[in-house]
Amino acid sequence: MKPFDYERADDTDGAIATVSDDPTATYLGGGTNLVDHMKLGVAEPGKLVDITKLPYDFVETLPDGRVSVGATVRNSELAASHVIRQSYPVLAQALLAGASGQLRNLATTGGNLVQRTRCAYFQDPSTPCNKREPGSGCSALEGWNRHHAILGASEHCVATHPSDMAVALAALDATVVVRGSNGQRRIPVTELHRLPGDEPERDTVLEHGELITSVELPAPSVSARSTYRKVRERASYAFALVSVAAVMEVDEGTVRDARIALGGVAHKPWRAEAAERELRGTPATEENFRRAAEAELEQAESLRDNAFKIPMTRNTLCAVLRELTREDRA
Amino acid sequence: MDAEITLRVDGQRRTLSVDTRTTLLDALRERLGVISPKKGCDHGQCGACTVLLDGRRVTSCLTLAVAQDGAEVTTAEGLSEGDRPHPVQQAFLEHDGFQCGYCTPGQVCSAVGMLDEVKAGWPSHVTENLEEEPDLDDEEIRERMSGNLCRCGAYTNIVSAIREAAE
Ligand SMILES: Cc1cc2nc3c(=O)[nH]c(=O)nc-3n(C[C@H](O)[C@H](O)[C@H](O)COP(=O)(O)OP(=O)(O)OC[C@H]3O[C@@H](n4cnc5c(N)ncnc54)[C@H](O)[C@@H]3O)c2cc1C
Ligand code: SF4
Ligand code: FES
Ligand code: FES
Repeated sequence: MKPFDYERADDTDGAIATVSDDPTATYLGGGTNLVDHMKLGVAEPGKLVDITKLPYDFVETLPDGRVSVGATVRNSELAASHVIRQSYPVLAQALLAGASGQLRNLATTGGNLVQRTRCAYFQDPSTPCNKREPGSGCSALEGWNRHHAILGASEHCVATHPSDMAVALAALDATVVVRGSNGQRRIPVTELHRLPGDEPERDTVLEHGELITSVELPAPSVSARSTYRKVRERASYAFALVSVAAVMEVDEGTVRDARIALGGVAHKPWRAEAAERELRGTPATEENFRRAAEAELEQAESLRDNAFKIPMTRNTLCAVLRELTREDRA
Repeated sequence: MDAEITLRVDGQRRTLSVDTRTTLLDALRERLGVISPKKGCDHGQCGACTVLLDGRRVTSCLTLAVAQDGAEVTTAEGLSEGDRPHPVQQAFLEHDGFQCGYCTPGQVCSAVGMLDEVKAGWPSHVTENLEEEPDLDDEEIRERMSGNLCRCGAYTNIVSAIREAAE
């Protein structure tokens, strides 16, 4: 590991100025991704600005019913928070499906969003990787790509985003609140992460020095049901092969609203807009679920090892829709 | 770059100067001679390095010592009261919750932290109803302990030990 300076930030603007002014500086949250990358030689920051003591450890209901989640709330605390369990079960479930108890006690909201791909080549500096070293080539394209993308990939990168939490946030239409040296801006979480295109080194639209301060959830709808389902290679403590987060409103057997996000299939949490369009206003039937899933997956393209993800996504999505539209569920 | 930090480790105040690159695990083992937390993978994947940090279980290999300046760290060694093992340690002994013992300090710390999480009403991935108090059956124990691997495969006895300690 390369030597670096460490600073514990005690005010937000100071932290932002420090990182903005130093191209080698970066924020440190729980460290569960960044410290790992520093050990692997994937990240070599010259300075770490620890933000975990900044005043962003809150889960707060705003006067208009929205819920604001601070950037330094630990994943475990967020999953255990009553308002999240009660009003946003899809988010609690996604958090609980991620990593392990020990890691969730360290991992923060901000760090979880900005964590980087688990592509094995990305994590191994001895192999070419456009994300780690722009222009060096993509080892996964013709290599071992069982865990890679089926949607929205490019010839430059076929990696997937690993976060479970971010998939739930995408289905919830959450907003990310960001502060930089030019002030604050708000980004829909669905626009935070990028598709790889010809700049796979850029995971998100954040500029250097921009700090995520909170994530806002729209006021919960009383008639909506939501859930998160994750398919993985073992029952626990593994990243998603495929996951589905969905928020559904059904009235007398007709789908009024459907908000669906897919995980494990793309460079970002993938909002399944084609499937949503197919579903809205139609009867909640098995046939329509299948048609919606097929509509979304029309654009899917598989690589050597990951063709299984296409039927797996279709089946998981149909299972989630079935579960959320069952009449007997209170 | 060096930094001076103070930790409370197993009840004792320890001040030391660390290179900022030192993980909490390495600070404990290499600098302070506290060797009950073990290094398995060094990447957050096995749980052998689990300690209680300000009462919460964490993987000490993925947090920097310098970031924990001022924290209270409890390792498996510090759980016992003198010669009297902690109830979770006693249960591991009675149920043969180990073979080689390498993963055991991490398992024990993880179990202690996990039981507190259950007491606080925290749900897990297998908790059916997120709004009710979780009931710690074997499926819950397995899910909540999935961050601790055991190469010897002592899982069945680990689950029995934790089941008993929970009662
Ligand atoms: C063994 C293992 C298994 C895992 N399994 C899963 C899983 O199944 N599902 C899953 O979703 N995740 C999983 N994870 C990943 C884990 O969720 C992430 O490592 C964690 O959420 C990152 O959060 P952190 O606070 O530790 O981030 P850090 O490591 O501190 O930071 C990560 C990145 O975010 C940046 N950053 C941190 N905070 C901010 C902020 N407020 N604003 C802007 N940038 C910021 C940092 O600069 C860094 O680039 C796993 C990790 C491990 C090690
Ligand atoms: S898929 Fe992306 S991250 Fe993986 S090797 Fe190719 S360029 Fe790198
Ligand atoms: S050594 Fe820390 S999790 Fe394996
Ligand atoms: S007892 Fe040997 S690794 Fe668990």
